[in-house]
Amino acid sequence: MTLHLVLPVALPLAGAILCLVFYRVARVQRAIALSSCVGLVLYLAGVLWPLLNGAGYATLRIGNWPAPYGIVLAVDLLSAIMLSLAAVVGLAVLVYAFAWFRREPEEPLLYPLYLILLMGLNGAFLTGDVFNLYVFFEIMLVSSFGLMALGGERRQIEGTIKYLAISQLSSALFLLGAGLLYGLAGTLNMADLARKLAASGATPYTAIAALLFLGAFGIKAAVFPLFFWLPASYHTARTPVTAILGGLLTKVGIYALCRLYTLLFPVHWAAQRSLLLGIAGLTMVVGVLGAVAQGDIKRLLSFHIISQIGYLIMGLGLSSALAMAATLYFMVHIVLVKTGLFLIAGIAEQVTGTTDLYAMGGLLRRRPFLACLFLITAMSLAGLPPLSGFYAKLGLVIAGLQSQEYWVVAVALGVSMLTLFSMIKIWTQAFMKKAPATAGVKERLRPGLYVAAVSLAAVVLAAAAGAGPIYGIAQRASQQLFDSSAYLVAVLGR
Amino acid sequence: MLILLAVVIGVLFATGVYLLFRRSTVRLIIGLALLGHAANLFLFTMGGIRPGIVPIVGAGPVEQMVDPVPQALILTAIVIGFGIQAFALILSYRAHEEVGTDDLDQMKSTDVT
Repeated sequence: MTLHLVLPVALPLAGAILCLVFYRVARVQRAIALSSCVGLVLYLAGVLWPLLNGAGYATLRIGNWPAPYGIVLAVDLLSAIMLSLAAVVGLAVLVYAFAWFRREPEEPLLYPLYLILLMGLNGAFLTGDVFNLYVFFEIMLVSSFGLMALGGERRQIEGTIKYLAISQLSSALFLLGAGLLYGLAGTLNMADLARKLAASGATPYTAIAALLFLGAFGIKAAVFPLFFWLPASYHTARTPVTAILGGLLTKVGIYALCRLYTLLFPVHWAAQRSLLLGIAGLTMVVGVLGAVAQGDIKRLLSFHIISQIGYLIMGLGLSSALAMAATLYFMVHIVLVKTGLFLIAGIAEQVTGTTDLYAMGGLLRRRPFLACLFLITAMSLAGLPPLSGFYAKLGLVIAGLQSQEYWVVAVALGVSMLTLFSMIKIWTQAFMKKAPATAGVKERLRPGLYVAAVSLAAVVLAAAAGAGPIYGIAQRASQQLFDSSAYLVAVLGR
Repeated sequence: MLILLAVVIGVLFATGVYLLFRRSTVRLIIGLALLGHAANLFLFTMGGIRPGIVPIVGAGPVEQMVDPVPQALILTAIVIGFGIQAFALILSYRAHEEVGTDDLDQMKSTDVT
């Protein structure tokens, strides 16, 4: 047995409980939160990855119940990639939050909520059970409501109401889909479902279930017709919260779509190809056009979340092994880059005292090092070689050409140009332009902000330098998703 | 019985969606609660609607027992929904304090312009 698989859930949970025990002792809270996040990174690097490199899968039957009856935690390479991203980004944003929230009245609430959020994320990546996935989604959502409302100002409350309402709608759809699957197959274990649905063949009911999941996770991921909540809510939160929500939370929807479509609905996955590609193209275009029009740096970056989700959906829609590998590399790239950009935007916000691009300025002269960090991450996002975005988009473009979906490739490349344009907009307004006379100046910044931003930028550069090995892992993960028989054997034991 | 439940689920969904389109935050929250109940009831019917005995090991023949899994699922979903509704009500109270109204049309300060 591999009992240690519960650690990615148990560590943050224990940390959150301890943080509540030491509610008023900020120093102890910080130490607890930091050690559980560091513990996660060490566990993944030291135990889980060596195990997966050998066996390819790791499973744990909770309570030792036999496979389709109890809840199973199952880790394949896709899960491991997502867990590692959550751990790295979670650690960086935590260090950033230490500096951002120091001595603020909200600080004691932040750490428990943050750790519960990480627990929900990790649980969603670990579980091999559809209903368990729903439960972990809800854990993640509840803590994200709390995080978003931190501060309690008017705009944060308004943003949270919208976010909460649309999230609950998506949860209801998710529950309907899970119920339908249970009615069809009498099980909720993903591996068991995969086997039973494959045996009974595709029916209108399975198509409805697939579409319900597409709707539920489409809302979560903010794809084309379902994205309006995101730019109305994410930018209202405190910047570290926006960074973790914008960097990781929308990607959980994509993870769940990748998992369920490859495992449960391979037939509908192929049949819905043009639907997925259409959604992808529109998501990319609408997101980037929204971004170009914005004058607020956090809102601009929020719109970019949407447009980059379009690339991920495009990789899913192409439904080939090559495209899936490119999607996974893109996932690594975008989670790191997007979080990094939010962290840098937060530093710019602290220096100038505003998030309005037109009121910012002079950052290149005043903070040349920050400008350098921004250039690296922004050019990674736009996809300039030799940075990570280039390899990510190259993979998707090659996969698109091989599948002969030329128009979506053209859209992806055009959107890339506009991404570059909007990054240049931030560059000229916030960095190059002379500081307006009204601009406030804060000379002293807490070093934790820079520590977090610099380390994430370093990880972004490492993802570009190690593009070959990371693509290798992504390819193996993609093969695992396409040939699910080994997954079924690993989970069900036969 | 099944048809009756189907009608009830449909009415719950329709009412929930109607309330979501109203402008008051309280109606919005009630609408979300109704949607959740409709989904729970749907989950309940998925266990199969038929008379049976309580599923306790050793209490009787297995084929006469009702399926306990959907009930366990619904219980979990009800508890989660309850918690979120409590949070949502507090949130709408705070919104009323900050904005001075429960009209969602007055809460546009964060929207995309």
